[in-house]
Amino acid sequence: MLIRYVAMRLVQLIPMVLVVTMVVFFVMRIIPGDPVLVMLGAVEGAAISEDVYNAMRLRLGLDRPLIVQYLDWLWDMVRGDLGASITYRVPALDVILHRLVPTAYLMVGGVVMAVAIAVPGGVLAAIHNNTKWDHFATGFVILGITVPTFWLALVAILVFAVYLGWLPAIGYAPPREGVVEFLQHLFLPVTVVALNVAATVLRFQRQDFLEQMNLDYVRTARAKGLSERLVLWKHVLRNSLMTTVTVVGLQMAYLSGLVTVVENVFNYPGIGFLLLNSIHTRDFVVVQGVVLFMVFLAIAVNLVVDVLYAVLDPRIRYR
Amino acid sequence: MESQAAYPPPCPPPAPGPGLRSWRACRRAARAARDDPRTAVGVALLFLYILIALVGPGLSPYDTTSPDLKVRMQGPSWEHPFGTDRIGRDIATRVIAGSSVSLHVATGAVMVALLLGAPLGAFSSYAGGTFDALVQRVMEGIMAFPSLVLALALVALAGASVPMLWFAIAFSSVPRYARIVRSGVLAHKEREYVEAARAMGQRPMGVLMKQILPNIMAPVAVQITLDFARAIGVEAALSYLGLGLSVPYISWGVMVREAQDFLEVAPWLAVFPGLALAGVILGFTLVGDSLRDRMDPRTRLALSRRGQ
Repeated sequence: MLIRYVAMRLVQLIPMVLVVTMVVFFVMRIIPGDPVLVMLGAVEGAAISEDVYNAMRLRLGLDRPLIVQYLDWLWDMVRGDLGASITYRVPALDVILHRLVPTAYLMVGGVVMAVAIAVPGGVLAAIHNNTKWDHFATGFVILGITVPTFWLALVAILVFAVYLGWLPAIGYAPPREGVVEFLQHLFLPVTVVALNVAATVLRFQRQDFLEQMNLDYVRTARAKGLSERLVLWKHVLRNSLMTTVTVVGLQMAYLSGLVTVVENVFNYPGIGFLLLNSIHTRDFVVVQGVVLFMVFLAIAVNLVVDVLYAVLDPRIRYR
Repeated sequence: MESQAAYPPPCPPPAPGPGLRSWRACRRAARAARDDPRTAVGVALLFLYILIALVGPGLSPYDTTSPDLKVRMQGPSWEHPFGTDRIGRDIATRVIAGSSVSLHVATGAVMVALLLGAPLGAFSSYAGGTFDALVQRVMEGIMAFPSLVLALALVALAGASVPMLWFAIAFSSVPRYARIVRSGVLAHKEREYVEAARAMGQRPMGVLMKQILPNIMAPVAVQITLDFARAIGVEAALSYLGLGLSVPYISWGVMVREAQDFLEVAPWLAVFPGLALAGVILGFTLVGDSLRDRMDPRTRLALSRRGQ
């Protein structure tokens, strides 16, 4: 049953993957100017020999119908061939994978910290509904949603690096060069990402917990004579964590944008930093690769969330 | 949140005759604002920003661009409440000028998204079948993109002009409008009043525009308000990353970007444009949230209980 469910979800993804790849394919073709020159990485007015020009034009297959070009391009993508980076002269996939590890630390660290803030915070806000604590949590949510990330990051640098001098302002240190150094560099970027994500997760966690608290199974648990603490922190929390997982999954697409901004404020060498660098050096092969990578990361995480859901809650599989 | 400032101003005295209705409406609004101070704060903030954006930098005795080298890099003072930058321009004046750029880009982006998304949603729910299924798949595909990254790629490729920014920022929220309108039309299409209008010989287009649309405006209004907050944030982030509008436009994002190099010596350069940005996003978020809560029967109950 589970295998059938997973297979069904995979089939349902096909149209989405087609749309996503088509959007990227056509967006990449709105580059003003001659794509042949762009792919050659030519500066304006540079002399390009006709042979080189024609060879590139033939290699790009620009003489063929658009739909054939798209299918061909799609097949390359499926095989993991994102093309060669214009600046680095190596496969774009390698360039991206090389930058992936720092981003993974940032994303995972950010989500873990966000959940650590949002789940207890949301539960406390729901249990103590309409008290000082609840208002504080609501204020946190509103600030987390409204304060622009890049500005929050700068203020964090200003306070913790410039004035207090507790942490390094920018940069990244790989863990093999010392764990302390690594964590020091990671702390501010991760916190900025986490605060932003936590605001949204906390809001849904609180809402869902409030709704769960009035359901029949909670009354049954209380009627059995279980302590209030056990009812809330075990039975209700366990059920409302399903919502948390979904919300975190839905945040994945947003998270890529967030990480892009944060990495650029902190000069943090991940794929978001790579994206901006490639835009400035007009390396559109890498730009395309990073955008595709981010979209597919979000789609894959949501697929995993769906499957996880089906594993945890058998009712889903029969819907 | 529940400060004294959140209380609404006193209502004007009741005028005789038809004025009584607006008096009641005003009383009702005042009561709503007292029960839910978010609305009052949000509306007040938005009025302030729109007013400032409309009046513009004429409010200030200084010019937005001409340098005054005698007062370079000064901190906040009575003459320059937000300080001055490295060539002596008044930051407050530039922040005021930034408000109209920010609201202008956001308004355009929201309009583009609404004008593309709403008809698409309406037509696809009316047409149904393959067209509807196709539109929905395309919308799901677009929603899978990180909106900031998509806008970034579009602006990077096509160049940052005002119309291009409208489109780039709007692109990822087109599906939201399409979805809301589609589900609204689907819910209302078979209702009696629509059937009655149809039986009276109104054409499908007339039924859609005159009968159904007024009834599904509320969720669209919420989306518009929250979309403003998002659009302003994305515009600022693009500008900050160096891909938004540049000179002669004054964007808060660019101001923060330029201030970054002087963070240690002149933090006010970065602080004030950022605060201005946070304030306007806060205004739209508060208004959008309270509108949404008012429409959702579950939270409406909670709100009315809180008011007692």
